[in-house]
Amino acid sequence: MRVRFWGTRGSLPVALTSADIRRKIEAALSKAIEKGVSSAQELRSFIDNDLDFSITQTYGGHSPCVEIETGGAEYLMCDMGSGARGFGERIMSRQEFQPMVVNVLMSHVHWDHIMGFPFFAPAYTPGAHIRIYGCHDVIEQAFRLQHSAPYFPVDFKSLAGQIEFIKLDAGRKFDIDGVQVTPKRQRHSGDSYGYRLERDGKAIVYSTDSEHKLENLAETESFVQFFRNADLVIFDAMYSLLDSVSVKADWGHSSNIVGVELAQLANVKHLCMFHHEPAFNDERIHAVLKDTVRFEELTRSAHPLLVSAAFDGMEIEV
Amino acid sequence: MEIKSRSYDSVLVVSPTGRIDHANSEDFRNSLAPLVDRCKSDGDQIVMDLAEVEYISSAGLRCFMLAEKQAKAQGGTIVIAAMQPVVKEIFEISRFTLVFETFSTVRESLARLSATALKAFPA
Repeated sequence: MRVRFWGTRGSLPVALTSADIRRKIEAALSKAIEKGVSSAQELRSFIDNDLDFSITQTYGGHSPCVEIETGGAEYLMCDMGSGARGFGERIMSRQEFQPMVVNVLMSHVHWDHIMGFPFFAPAYTPGAHIRIYGCHDVIEQAFRLQHSAPYFPVDFKSLAGQIEFIKLDAGRKFDIDGVQVTPKRQRHSGDSYGYRLERDGKAIVYSTDSEHKLENLAETESFVQFFRNADLVIFDAMYSLLDSVSVKADWGHSSNIVGVELAQLANVKHLCMFHHEPAFNDERIHAVLKDTVRFEELTRSAHPLLVSAAFDGMEIEV
Repeated sequence: MEIKSRSYDSVLVVSPTGRIDHANSEDFRNSLAPLVDRCKSDGDQIVMDLAEVEYISSAGLRCFMLAEKQAKAQGGTIVIAAMQPVVKEIFEISRFTLVFETFSTVRESLARLSATALKAFPA
């Protein structure tokens, strides 16, 4: 399986400002002067080897949307945040107006997770079949509501694609185009659901918008089982641990520290931090990543855990 | 995990030992509770002496947060002293150094809290 991130930001989409870009240019040029770069060839090597990701690139700002390439004939994605617009365009260019099936697993229907749907081109395309799966009763209601006046000019009823809503039950395994999918209820306002996806002996867990109460041992153990031996866990690491147990307790999100601890307990191979705080710039997210990698080193007991921070456009082969 | 405490004038030096993790964090919290109850404006101030603590998990850190919150509401102060390098890094990475004043030694922390307590502390 291959995971492709179309949107990785939490709560609200954000964009780089001209001041952000100027700061990146200044940082890059200052370091180039310091290094004494004097030719085009040296410059390319300098960019590749001497500059941080936070200077040369960006984590991006679209809200959650993750594609999982399964090798099957159908498309599979998690959540319909603003990143879904780009994913829809990619599907349209690939399909060249041939019939298509898109399976969508919804963590929940807070706005940042559904706002991409009105801009998801396949929904407007005859011959497109979009199956929207989830455990909440209100998913269809939420999608129809945001697609109605006064919120949006095109009513849901006029969409040319075939849109189907399918209810899943937490804890029960379902087959979606050859992928075994198990939902799990998570702690979040109005509940959210994580998904464990298994195929050909590989396992990916998508677990966003999920708060973990550290004092609840039974709850911790249930997540350790849910994550157990996964090749990749995509994890809500929006806050620092301090914030998550103090001013932002009960806001429904988790931290990098808890992500590492759960992944270590569950023998996970790769922890990918997701749902980045919209107030954080690239430098701040990069600093959190460095801290988290160090925390994993400090607390490692058996095998090393790979830690990364998701960015829009990132791909992970599992 | 064990907790010992010693009083020096109006300062209580609390010294846990071992690991404070998911398995024993609630025990740690319960053991700490009566000591934190005494941490108030007209009561004891607390120095958490972490010299013998090897590791603190997120669940353990949460206990520190709850203790600090309670002490602050009562007008008391909790400071941290003598962290081992690993524990110090965990405090920094989890941003707990933004909440707690930290000191390299118990003696330094006593100097900050009370001259009388410092005098009572063995040289």
